[in-house]
Amino acid sequence: MSQLTKQQIKRYNRQIIVPSIGVKGQVKLLDAKVVIVGAGGLGCPVSSNLTGTGVGTIGIVDYDEVEESNLHRQLLHYESDVLKNSKVDSAINKLQQMNSSIKFIRHNILINSSNAFDILRDYDIVVDCTDNVATRYLLNDACVLLKKPLVSGSALQLEGQLTVYNYQDGPCYRCIFSKPPPPETVQNCGDSGVIGAVTGVIGSLQAMEVVKIIMNHENVMSGKLLLYDAAMCSFRNIKLRSRRKDCEVCGDNPTITKLINYEQFCGMCAMDKNPNLKILSENERMSVSDYQNITNDHLLIDVRAVNEFEMCQIKNSINVPIKQLLAGKLNDELLNEMRQKDVYVVCRRGNDSQLAVKCLSDKYSIKSKDLIGGLYKWNEEIDNNFPLY
Amino acid sequence: MDITLDFGGGAEVLFNNIKKRELKLDDGTKWTLRSFLQYMKDNLLTDRLELFMQGESVRPGILVLVNDTDWELLGELDYEIQPKDTISFISTLHGG
Ligand SMILES: [Zn+2]
Repeated sequence: MSQLTKQQIKRYNRQIIVPSIGVKGQVKLLDAKVVIVGAGGLGCPVSSNLTGTGVGTIGIVDYDEVEESNLHRQLLHYESDVLKNSKVDSAINKLQQMNSSIKFIRHNILINSSNAFDILRDYDIVVDCTDNVATRYLLNDACVLLKKPLVSGSALQLEGQLTVYNYQDGPCYRCIFSKPPPPETVQNCGDSGVIGAVTGVIGSLQAMEVVKIIMNHENVMSGKLLLYDAAMCSFRNIKLRSRRKDCEVCGDNPTITKLINYEQFCGMCAMDKNPNLKILSENERMSVSDYQNITNDHLLIDVRAVNEFEMCQIKNSINVPIKQLLAGKLNDELLNEMRQKDVYVVCRRGNDSQLAVKCLSDKYSIKSKDLIGGLYKWNEEIDNNFPLY
Repeated sequence: MDITLDFGGGAEVLFNNIKKRELKLDDGTKWTLRSFLQYMKDNLLTDRLELFMQGESVRPGILVLVNDTDWELLGELDYEIQPKDTISFISTLHGG
């Protein structure tokens, strides 16, 4: 007698006949419990692959609802889901149609230090499909403390990375990155962009590592890091350090024995939506409606990247990307003009514009004001037709 | 001594957006990754220093590799650069 039903054999036979799977492997898949954190660019391919392959219990964690800017890469979400469905519901509604025999568990919540153990505890494997540094440290520490492997993927623009943390005696995320990167060096998909095929590649690779872990395969991507560069179509497999005996969380004498405040630790928000920076005093700031009433000759500097400026801009604004400004690469002609006129600075959401005002003041003694809330506020209060992205 | 220097994960934007370059290092001296970082800082870096370095090492979030191996396995700053080495600086990605 087979351990599988007739129906299961009919459905999964093309992978059962792969020698490294077999009936035994399929039974393991059907018994496995996997949780996917993030139902976005990575979470969609991971969850659809695991659903197809027959992982018996799949949990999905996400707090967000579907937005139009998700659709180009998050292929489980459809136009009809936009602003109507949570990502968890949207994804699971489709996955159920793919494979109704899977048990799906909905975690429609922002994972944090107080709920992480409850969410993750009952699963065998955790898949990191998140979009921010703070949640990556949270998942790492939670997986170390709960003794679960963490299949980690990430993607940005034309590149992706993949590894498995905390598997057998391999390193954890903190073994490699004991300190978080400075917030100003961190790019996210919302601000820097990403290509859907890249998240598709990395998500599929994550799903494959999940299957290998379930199979007890000997070559799991632990202690190694895969770098995918879509521009060159190159894959590089990097050898990482081993587990650090002095690691703060997985070392021999850990100092982190319970979950901490990760937003504080990283100095960043646990979501891919910019936190509201506040570094200027009131007299260095201006509301978009006050700006709208200005009649004198002035300069409006838009500090977004060139690509973004090309998509949409306020009339008569001039583009000086924040990178160029912070690097001190301003031409003399512009500097002279800035010294003679009132200067206002705008960006997408009102964070970089503050950095720019501060930099202009510190570096060039040029007094300027930033438009509070940036183009988002401009759209909200002045021009509803202004494109948002 | 000829070496290859490359960047990934966006670290190239700190170096004039050039992903890969061949370099000739002065044969008269012994090169460690410590002295090479100073060389990069003085000769190649085109963006702000704090986006690349902290103290005499790289800032958190940048992984340094020699011939596709984590520099931690090779002595980090003290590693002595060999002819034909490929030295890589990979910024970690967090998006998804
Ligand atoms: Zn560790």
